[in-house]
Amino acid sequence: MTVAGAPPRPAPGPTRAYRFPAFERLTLSNGLSVVVAPVAKLPIVTVVALVDGGAAGDPREYEGVAQLTARLLAEGTERSDGAQLAERFERLGTALDTGTDWDSSTAHVTVTPNRLPEALALIAEVLRTPSFAEREVDRLKQERLAELLQQQTEPRGLADDMFGRFVYAAESRYAIPDGGLVSTVGAVTRDSVLGFFHSRYAPSSTTVIVVGDVTLASAQAMVSDSFGGWAGPVVPRVAISDQPATLTRTVHVVGKADAPQSELRVGHVGVPRLHPDFFPIVVMNAILGGLFSSRINLNLREEHAYTYGAFSSFDWRRGAGPFTVGTAVRSDITDAAVKEILLEIDRMRSTEVTDAELSLATSYLDGVFPIRFESTTAIANALASLVTYGLPEDYFDRYRANIRSVTAAQVLQAARAHLHADQLQIVTVGDPAVVRAPLEALSVGPIRTYDAEGNVSV
Amino acid sequence: MQLPIDTFRLPNGLFVTLSEDHTAPLVAANLWYHVGSANEREGRTGFAHLFEHMLFQGSANVAANEHFELVQRAGGTLNGSTWLDRTNYFETVPSNQLALALWLEADRMGRLLPAMTQQKLDTQRDVVKNERRWSVDNQPYGTWWEKLPALAFPPSHPFHHSLIGSMEDLTAASLEDVAQFFATYYTPDNAVLSIAGDFDPAEARRLVEEYFAAISRGGDRPPLPPMHVPATFGEWRREVVHDTVMLPRLYLAFRSPVFGSDDYYAASVAGAILGMRRGSRLHRALVRDRQVAAEATAFTFDLPKGSDLLVVDVTARPGIEPEQLEEEVAREIDTLQAGGVTEAEIERAIALIETDFISSMQAAGERADKLSLFATYFGDPRLLNEQVARYHRVRAQDVNEFAQQRLGPDNRASLLYVPRTDDAEALDAATLATTDA
Repeated sequence: MTVAGAPPRPAPGPTRAYRFPAFERLTLSNGLSVVVAPVAKLPIVTVVALVDGGAAGDPREYEGVAQLTARLLAEGTERSDGAQLAERFERLGTALDTGTDWDSSTAHVTVTPNRLPEALALIAEVLRTPSFAEREVDRLKQERLAELLQQQTEPRGLADDMFGRFVYAAESRYAIPDGGLVSTVGAVTRDSVLGFFHSRYAPSSTTVIVVGDVTLASAQAMVSDSFGGWAGPVVPRVAISDQPATLTRTVHVVGKADAPQSELRVGHVGVPRLHPDFFPIVVMNAILGGLFSSRINLNLREEHAYTYGAFSSFDWRRGAGPFTVGTAVRSDITDAAVKEILLEIDRMRSTEVTDAELSLATSYLDGVFPIRFESTTAIANALASLVTYGLPEDYFDRYRANIRSVTAAQVLQAARAHLHADQLQIVTVGDPAVVRAPLEALSVGPIRTYDAEGNVSV
Repeated sequence: MQLPIDTFRLPNGLFVTLSEDHTAPLVAANLWYHVGSANEREGRTGFAHLFEHMLFQGSANVAANEHFELVQRAGGTLNGSTWLDRTNYFETVPSNQLALALWLEADRMGRLLPAMTQQKLDTQRDVVKNERRWSVDNQPYGTWWEKLPALAFPPSHPFHHSLIGSMEDLTAASLEDVAQFFATYYTPDNAVLSIAGDFDPAEARRLVEEYFAAISRGGDRPPLPPMHVPATFGEWRREVVHDTVMLPRLYLAFRSPVFGSDDYYAASVAGAILGMRRGSRLHRALVRDRQVAAEATAFTFDLPKGSDLLVVDVTARPGIEPEQLEEEVAREIDTLQAGGVTEAEIERAIALIETDFISSMQAAGERADKLSLFATYFGDPRLLNEQVARYHRVRAQDVNEFAQQRLGPDNRASLLYVPRTDDAEALDAATLATTDA
């Protein structure tokens, strides 16, 4: 249909080639890895120091120590206290960002190329001689405890944390938030931070990634100058438990009195990042809830107007991260929204997706690939994931062909193998007075009620 | 760093900016319409934003839900956003799909109304009500971004009322409102189109002419109520908000020079000295040294007319009373005003701002958006290339003059969030300061 006078819908022009930036890897004699990707677009360089020391390696009862350790890196070295260190970075026009995910910890800066040598030397100082001053350890513990306190009235973060707890067995590290809980963060001392640091941070467990307006040789020389003298032990990989809490579909109501919306998380233990079904799962998830035009978003938002948005995701980790459907819906239709989510998961498992759905997902994931890597930070983070998961060197070169080759039959097979409708944990943070009875009437599983701190309530 | 920038204007008034970059096969298209919540009529708060949602519901040659699907099928990303004084629509696509992006934008600029139905409006109304619940009503401190402008601008001012809108006004919005708003504001002479990335300029111009040239110019637009306000509040306005939060938080606003003016850059640097990153004064004093705050930042709204706002945002540590939080923040502001800033602080702030700016310009979508911004507000997208230099011209004396004129007790508006207690209702009546009406 074309309205008279309107120009016809255009066809695409010829595709232009794109290649993920070429990168070189190098190992220094002390075991430290270096990855350099020269990208000459704007006068800017990103450095990511990636350490194999994520939250999955937290010792039992000290969960949160990996995150505190990473945060404390920015709070002082043997040479400079925290305030001086911040000043030294910021005079270079950058700020040191440190953080932790499940598998690794990172220190990140983005600077103009003229300041790169100084910035690299400063990052090396931070990794090699952190002070972990008692006062700063205590302050950052208090700040984490403040975050946890805030979370009690912040429904999104609360729903995420509660979901992890209900999906994973108590012995799995994934059952507790990566930043830890009040009891475990409270237990952390300067000694436990030092213990974690010395057991996980060493040249052999560290990769320095440099991306941007820099030559290969100069970047390698600068990293070598700054990090070459660092000595340390070989760090073993940590074992990860990713066992589920239960195989019984269960409804969990976390109370937030008078909440006008229910935050919903529905899912179960997913699959590890290195899995032969990775590409079919990515395409399957895009169709189910990964895209704006996915089944779940079109159903919950555009058809029923239950929500501002609804999505699904597989959280990729070395162990099996969760599969999650997430949304926030008007309180009084919480049960109806859960019903539609379960219906879409069942539909995904019952019949093949249409050609139109498959081609939308694959052409989106294929076409958007260059757009994901416009910035030096995005490229550095992609290279960090390559290192963390041990992906093949040509992973990014083959990514688009791998996506395009996924078939409808593979999508169905992935849905049947990796979506477990009978094991879903259905978590809602909402007003129990409004949502509990209708969810019970839905009869999708036993129902449990908790307060905002996760205590069982009656 | 200088970006290449070209411009032209179609006879119907559409202003176009082009900025080439062939480092990757992708291109961004970005449209700014010079209309925002400021243009809403009485009883229709939230309508500019609800209308933005309607622009994704199809047009004469685009079916419902097809707009998103076509761009995503092409391998592109897209969205839109509504602000006090503008609404933008944008997509980044593989460079061989530029024609599709422009055609979609032209179809909804020229031929939106045939696709509008009551059912679509009702659905998007409910989606937006859920957006309000999600971002404002069910979020700790979520009401700040309607309470602060209400405190800082008088009721007659177009920036006073809520951008997301009240539930009642959203309910009242009709298809007739959609038609009228579209005819008044969504015209080529009230829009700027920016294209950044990998494209051929002659081909881009040909496409723009083919798709947009036949769209008619608009008529007269109703003038906005007067935007001018005095340079200072003339008092310290206070509002206490009892909310479902665990920790007190203070939003302290100052009227500040409008975005783009010479004095704006001094204000922006003052904001960075106070609250940008860990080396800033508020972080050092309140988070690190005295440990009365868990977080401390500062930012400007970047409003180009009437008055801008510089806002300090500080959250208390557990155990710190709201009154103490306010005193501690005020003391830091007073210290800056009395003692001034150092050249070293200026250098730190400008170095951080410059790196952030260069870094952000890596994304074609961000370039296109900023080109549209400078073209819409000042009629000159080339101002984008002057931003870093304008920051570098700021001296300690400029910041100190700004502090003298604008950071005093006669130019403060504070929104203090206090954890709700059982008797909060009674407290409300006792402590809620009056705001000027």
